[in-house]
Amino acid sequence: MAQPEQLLYSKEHEWVRIEGDSAVIGITDYAQNSLGDIVYVELPKSGKQVEQFANIGVVESVKAVSDLFTPISGEIVEVNSVLERDPAAVNRDPYGEGWFLRLKLKDAGEAEKLLSLRDYEKLIAE
Amino acid sequence: MNQAARRTALYDEHVKIGARMVEFGGFEMPVQYTSVLKEHDAVRHRAGLFDLSHMGQFRLSGEQVASWTDTLTINAVASMKPMQARYNIFCNERGGTHDDTIFYRLADDRWLLVVNASNASKMWELLSNRPSGVRMENRHGEDALIAIQGSASVAMLQPHVDGDLASMRYYFCVETEVEGIPVVIARTGYTGEDGFEIFVDGAYASNIWNALLRAHARDGLEPCGLGARDVLRLEAGMPLYGHELTEEITPVQGGQAWALKLAKPAFTGREALAQQLERDDYARIAGLAMAGRAPAREGYPVYVGDRRVGEVRSGSFAPSVGGGTNVATALLERDAATVGTAVAVEIRGTRHDARVVATPFYKRSR
Repeated sequence: MAQPEQLLYSKEHEWVRIEGDSAVIGITDYAQNSLGDIVYVELPKSGKQVEQFANIGVVESVKAVSDLFTPISGEIVEVNSVLERDPAAVNRDPYGEGWFLRLKLKDAGEAEKLLSLRDYEKLIAE
Repeated sequence: MNQAARRTALYDEHVKIGARMVEFGGFEMPVQYTSVLKEHDAVRHRAGLFDLSHMGQFRLSGEQVASWTDTLTINAVASMKPMQARYNIFCNERGGTHDDTIFYRLADDRWLLVVNASNASKMWELLSNRPSGVRMENRHGEDALIAIQGSASVAMLQPHVDGDLASMRYYFCVETEVEGIPVVIARTGYTGEDGFEIFVDGAYASNIWNALLRAHARDGLEPCGLGARDVLRLEAGMPLYGHELTEEITPVQGGQAWALKLAKPAFTGREALAQQLERDDYARIAGLAMAGRAPAREGYPVYVGDRRVGEVRSGSFAPSVGGGTNVATALLERDAATVGTAVAVEIRGTRHDARVVATPFYKRSR
């Protein structure tokens, strides 16, 4: 499981873990807790190109539908298939088993537009 | 949060135990305490405790309450016995639904009428034009309502009450005491499980709430929010005003024709409802089971082939249906509403397979 300190964050409550020329993304613990019991995750398919901060899918709890945004641009190379049959993995382990996508990075420089853990914690404390 | 939202007598108790509060029906209400699914599970397997003090409570008295309200409702009022409760619906002239309610006959000439929170002002207004012999007191927001629902309800509530709860019949009520506090207890609910609703002066509500939680939390009694309640009532096939019943959707369309007593003397909406039943050509509420994992939500269009045949009115993941299924109610054209019909629900531009199924989706084993 990734340590929250090693991740970057978006204002829309997604996290990114950059690993060389690829990145793994998911939603934060704060996000899963706000959403409540997650019953469905709709993600794009491998091969799709996505642009930073674009709407790429939805996360649904029992009560509500929420948009999912990608914190970084790239080509989707892997989708977490666990979420198809067990979307509650996002509630149990948002930084580990409940990851969403792996992307092949388009521009590593985009990371500058993301937040550190400290800045993200400030954001959610507001 | 809307500044004008009122707080129930139990507001502080909810905040103390970490409830997530939302505005509903003009009140700040707990939507969940821990998890909608965990609270749902408690009610289906043990018991859950609900604050429903946002519901409107009207106290009516006088010899003419029954004969008068019989002219405003579709089900029979005068034939109720003392201590009986009965579901009833107030309609407009077109047969559309003003509100779905429960009448509790506390004595020959004393009644409790419980209306939906969102309709309480409208209903008070509607009932203001009453015969001079009828007295009415609006206890909305003053009297609290606490429900305990689930198979363990009798065992958990009994030690706190005078009188035998197990022998009390479904849809009956009694004036008694809980923890020495005067209450009305009714064997009614909105979850599809056995259970009781406790009507009490708001000043004493927290005594009862805390006594029950303190005594039975270790046996699995969970405080439950409106999130769990909505899933429970949908599974149990119970209508929610604003969804399956509205000023436009009649009780005949909404699946409540069982409550329609056409043989009783004239009442508002009677002609429209009788004609609608006779013609049998109306759009009606049907149950849908989704084939896949994507939940159907209110407003999503429903298709048979390329033809739009209606729309979803309520939808949720339903843990108690087939080990976990997305179910929905939809208002569908007559021919599309037959059980077994293959339909598609459009979700974000994509059609998802579903089938019309019988309701209720869930029935407890008795």
